[in-house]
Amino acid sequence: MLQLFTIRRVKKATHQTVRLLIMVAITFFGLLFITFLIGRVVPIDPVLAVVGDKASPEVYQQARLAMGLDLPVWRQFFIYMGSVLHGDLGTSVLTAKPVLQDILRVFPATLELAVIATCIGIFVGIPLGVFSAVKRGSFLDHITRVIGLLGYSLPIFWLGLLALIVFYAKLDLLPGPGRIDVFYEDIVDPVTGIMLIDCIIAREWDIFWNALAHIIMPATLLGYYSMAYLSRMTRSFMIEQLRQEYILTARVKGVAEWRVIWGHALGNCAIPLITVVALSFGTLLEGSVLTETVFAWPGLGLYLTKSLLNADMNSVLGSTIVVGTIFLGVNLFSDFLYKVLDPRAR
Amino acid sequence: MSSTRRWQHWLLSDSPASPFQAAAGRTYLGLAEFLKNRLAVFGLLIIAALILIAFFAPYIAPCDPLVTNLVNRLQPLSAAHYFGTDEVGRDIFSRIVWGSRLTLYVIGLVAIIAAPVGIIIGTVSGYFGGLIDTILMRITDIFLAFPKLILALAFVAALGPGIENAVIAIAITSWPPYARIARGETITIRNGDFIKAIRLQGAGPIRIITGHIMPLCISSLIVRITLDMAGIILTAAGLGFLGLGAQPPSPEWGAMTSTGRAYIIDHWWLITMPGTAIFVVSLAFNLLGDGLREVLDPKSDN
Repeated sequence: MLQLFTIRRVKKATHQTVRLLIMVAITFFGLLFITFLIGRVVPIDPVLAVVGDKASPEVYQQARLAMGLDLPVWRQFFIYMGSVLHGDLGTSVLTAKPVLQDILRVFPATLELAVIATCIGIFVGIPLGVFSAVKRGSFLDHITRVIGLLGYSLPIFWLGLLALIVFYAKLDLLPGPGRIDVFYEDIVDPVTGIMLIDCIIAREWDIFWNALAHIIMPATLLGYYSMAYLSRMTRSFMIEQLRQEYILTARVKGVAEWRVIWGHALGNCAIPLITVVALSFGTLLEGSVLTETVFAWPGLGLYLTKSLLNADMNSVLGSTIVVGTIFLGVNLFSDFLYKVLDPRAR
Repeated sequence: MSSTRRWQHWLLSDSPASPFQAAAGRTYLGLAEFLKNRLAVFGLLIIAALILIAFFAPYIAPCDPLVTNLVNRLQPLSAAHYFGTDEVGRDIFSRIVWGSRLTLYVIGLVAIIAAPVGIIIGTVSGYFGGLIDTILMRITDIFLAFPKLILALAFVAALGPGIENAVIAIAITSWPPYARIARGETITIRNGDFIKAIRLQGAGPIRIITGHIMPLCISSLIVRITLDMAGIILTAAGLGFLGLGAQPPSPEWGAMTSTGRAYIIDHWWLITMPGTAIFVVSLAFNLLGDGLREVLDPKSDN
């Protein structure tokens, strides 16, 4: 009987996983289709971008054939899909290197920012949300509300500029734009690409402190937005949980109040919170485009903006695919955790 | 006094004599609820002020927003130039006043494009169900799978920089949540008895969807769109800041912040003023949206 039950469960789990994977595959396919379409409607002639406008008609025609632009559109799409799946995102016009190589070089800088920002969001935002849900209408609750409202209303690039004016230009407390001071550049070996870890590996403590000082402002800025979102969501999840009857039962049984709140109620919020954290991580990738531009942070966002301003379509679409894929991956991962953690979803 | 009473009595009657009376009563109750939320009223007042400023821009702005005056460049705040002047001597106050038109233009157009697309896709998907539903919702999911700003950036890259293209890009990325909401509402409504009754009277799907389902989706959509307005303003300003939205010399607030970047150390007002304008307007939409949600959609409470 028990065995039969287990088999059924395994079957159900496989079925669900297959279904999920098919959904992800379709979404990924759609993502490629959109980027392909965007590449098609570009008013810039892709052949001219390669051969230059002084090329003879023969050269032009040859390049056109070499790029496969004479084929029917659907075949072009399949060729495009095949090359993307092989990791070939084309060559950047700006850096003359393969786009994927460029992206792998700049991505760790963005990852570093996004991870620190997410940590700020989780470790400050969630407790803040819990406190304001427990003491609704208190002073702290109002502060959480204001933090949330400001987070939804302040332009991130503007807040970044104001922070630069105050902490860099006026008070001179923190270093200005960039990932590291100019005279420290290229000293540390990029083993992981994540500056702080590389410095620890190389035991370059001066550079480590310099890099840490540089990351404080952009990471706090992004972290603020993550915190604003997470505290608001945590608050509403917690209010929902604290209304439930099992909370009353626990209290009547004499469970300590802190355990009721941080154990019982927050424990039950953990599952929806995972989805929210995953979503906010995706939003951070988006916020990093503007933040990196403000702080001259050499990550994926800055790479994307530079490519945009130079009409370097391969890099733009490559970055879009990479960000979309990461977003998809993070969502898939949160779905997976959801299944593992929530007994009802198994 | 007694006439006010009588009106109130008429509005709150529990057996209204006409559909009009019922609607008026509902509006009255909603309005009373809304007016109790002072922050939401404050938001509404700011938006009303924005509309008035945009409408009367030529009379409010003391200077032409585009005329440069190199003698007067980078002047600090003064009685002649309330918000100072920028790097080519244009009056920043006048530029912000004229920029309100661009802001309204962007949010208005995005709402006009994205809301109908979302509502049509959502109601059709929810009403018919089956294969149509699966296909339409898959497409919606694909758009939702992208971070909004990144997708908008890719579209702007393809279409070229400019405010119209920024509007199109933002609209393309804004409709999926509206489709989701409209679909959800449609599914709860479509099997209702009143829909069956209309169908028995011989109404076709188009009439049922446009005449009877769409009006019921409107209120939750309005809440969502109002809350989205802040995001739309921020995205448009972000595109302008990156140099991909409105192009200089047009007085778009994000683009103004971007040009002010070069002068932030000594001339703080160049970025502070347009940034504050963006902040105040998006804050107003957030406050209004929160207030509307409490009135129109009391189920969700946070």
